[in-house]
Amino acid sequence: MEFFLSILLSGISVGGQYALIAVGYTMVYGILRLINFAHGDVFMVAGLMMVYLSAWLPLYLSVPVVLLLTVALGFIIERVAYKPLRASPRMSVMISAIGVSYLLQNLALYITGGLPQMYPRLPLLSDSVTIGGATTRVVTLVTPFLVLLLVLALTQLIHHTKIGMAMRAVARDFETSQLMGIRINSVISVTFIIGSFLAGVGSMLYFSNYATVIPVSGSMPGLKAFVAAVFGGIGSVPGAVIGAFLIGICETLIKGSDYTVFSDAFTFALLILILAVKPTGLFGERTAQKV
Amino acid sequence: MKKFLALALICALALSACSSQPTGGPESQGSAPAEEKVIKIGVFEPATGDSGAGGKQETLGMQYANSVTPTVEIGGETYKVELVYADNGSSTDKATSAAAELVSKGVSVVLGSYGSSVSIAAGPTFDEAGLAAIGVTCTNPGVTAGNDYYFRICFLDPFQGTVLAHFAMDTFGAQTAYCLGELGNEYDQGLVEYFKQAFEAAGGRVITDSFPTNNSDFTSYLSKAKNEGADVFFSPVSIAYSTQIVDQAASMGVDFPILGGDTLDNNRVLAAATGKNIKLFVSTFYQEGSEDTKDFDEGIKAWLESNPQAKTDNGGDTTIAAVTAMGFDAYYVALEAIKAADSADPGAIKAALPGVEYTGVSGRIVFDDIGDAIRDTAYIKTANTETGAWDFVTQQGVG
Repeated sequence: MEFFLSILLSGISVGGQYALIAVGYTMVYGILRLINFAHGDVFMVAGLMMVYLSAWLPLYLSVPVVLLLTVALGFIIERVAYKPLRASPRMSVMISAIGVSYLLQNLALYITGGLPQMYPRLPLLSDSVTIGGATTRVVTLVTPFLVLLLVLALTQLIHHTKIGMAMRAVARDFETSQLMGIRINSVISVTFIIGSFLAGVGSMLYFSNYATVIPVSGSMPGLKAFVAAVFGGIGSVPGAVIGAFLIGICETLIKGSDYTVFSDAFTFALLILILAVKPTGLFGERTAQKV
Repeated sequence: MKKFLALALICALALSACSSQPTGGPESQGSAPAEEKVIKIGVFEPATGDSGAGGKQETLGMQYANSVTPTVEIGGETYKVELVYADNGSSTDKATSAAAELVSKGVSVVLGSYGSSVSIAAGPTFDEAGLAAIGVTCTNPGVTAGNDYYFRICFLDPFQGTVLAHFAMDTFGAQTAYCLGELGNEYDQGLVEYFKQAFEAAGGRVITDSFPTNNSDFTSYLSKAKNEGADVFFSPVSIAYSTQIVDQAASMGVDFPILGGDTLDNNRVLAAATGKNIKLFVSTFYQEGSEDTKDFDEGIKAWLESNPQAKTDNGGDTTIAAVTAMGFDAYYVALEAIKAADSADPGAIKAALPGVEYTGVSGRIVFDDIGDAIRDTAYIKTANTETGAWDFVTQQGVG
């Protein structure tokens, strides 16, 4: 029982972290029809920035500064690497995204020299607690609630504000909304800002739990979050969250069983299965509006 | 205009490619005076990739040795020793081209690498070129087996795995061991296998698991070990994974000790354990702070302090990694071989190597028929979580 509980707890926490990244994927896809492969690396860079900033700034300053810088990074990536390619075929933007991803990874490799960096301890979040005999960190318990809170806030934003309405319009029809006078560029920028902000928060939760930051830290969570977004129906925010939690929990359950080596294979087999059987995912295009 | 721009770009690229050589030590001050004779020693180490950090630390030992003894006498003449670097990128596909690069640069003997798989991959290249290579900390048996030109100065995995199994039984009275390695990593899987053989032969029970590359959640494996009632947790994995395991084990409050191989002897892993309630033991090649090696310890610490790039490569502090001490010894073994051969010719050096005997900071080095150093003890260290230093525990043999 204690064993099961501790496995379930880590599953929920892993799922929550995937969810925060998956939302960024799904929002950008909903609006631009672009799979932003650099998103996982933005998440990693947020972790690295925290490592370096916390060395010479107090924590109450470094947390907001990291979030601000992560948002700025997402914004700049969009302006520099994606915006000039707005009129080109979608494939060009995708290739550009892969380029950005490798650029960020290798930049991180250059700066860290390939040495794993230890993430600073965040007070409260990094502390250990014991529930029903299973010891875990506070962050594990906080993650699902924080994710739900953020996603609720996001859906409110999408459904009840002007910019949210603009986002939905752009997601529905790119050109027409442009003709209707919606400033596409600012809508897209806002999307990237929100996505990067969530990735920044996600990185804090993730690295408080798994305290080592390496240049490829973002690639695996990024890929899994992508699978989660596809599983939930890419373009749908609630779908991405549900998909992420499902994948996180299943993965840790497998790791706890006798078939540990198959934990990653399961996730990617799921991707193939979903694409083959129900390409639109759980909450695909027709049932839910994109973003 | 566009054509001109493209041309300029290409020129700039070519220039930057030329100037971005791997980290030169303090000794790389351009070309030597014309009449000075130079002998080249190849450094076949990863500077990038998964093992980049370890490779850099191993290279530091060679650079320090080179700064202490920058010359060698051949036939009554003084030759300047030049280190030639080739980055094998921690990957087997880059290893052969890095090896070929060293061959084409005309080095007399090669040192390296950190990581067994790259050494195994590069073995045939050195073999064909008739160039002797001295493995520094590649512990997999496959490096020297069947390769006449590969030597090595460290102990082997079958020995190391057995040592750790004996240590677990002798010190903790362990009956159940949980082993965890990275999927498809020859080093991890090899050590786990040898540990398992020795542990089961002595009547213990072993549970083995593997995790996929780039995994970062180890809590489920730790929970499983706890659930199975493991007395020790054996995880001879690479540095980044070890820091995760140590950190997560501490947060879960596990009470079993964590055992690791020589890769865990690293200041990053130490930093992860410092200030936490965790028991961490590693087997390694070298123990800092013993009386016999005081000069080396003090010398290299001063060198690291005075050389910011070297200090960064060492992970930002002056804790001496065992691989650094091994790199230091490897350099002197190469010099001994050059002296014994009394020639800069690779063939003569290769012929002289099996007869070389040298007592370095890591102990006495004598080669057996296969080209492996004969070693019968390993150092066991534990992380002192209060002072943030490695404490010597015991010298463990397999007896």
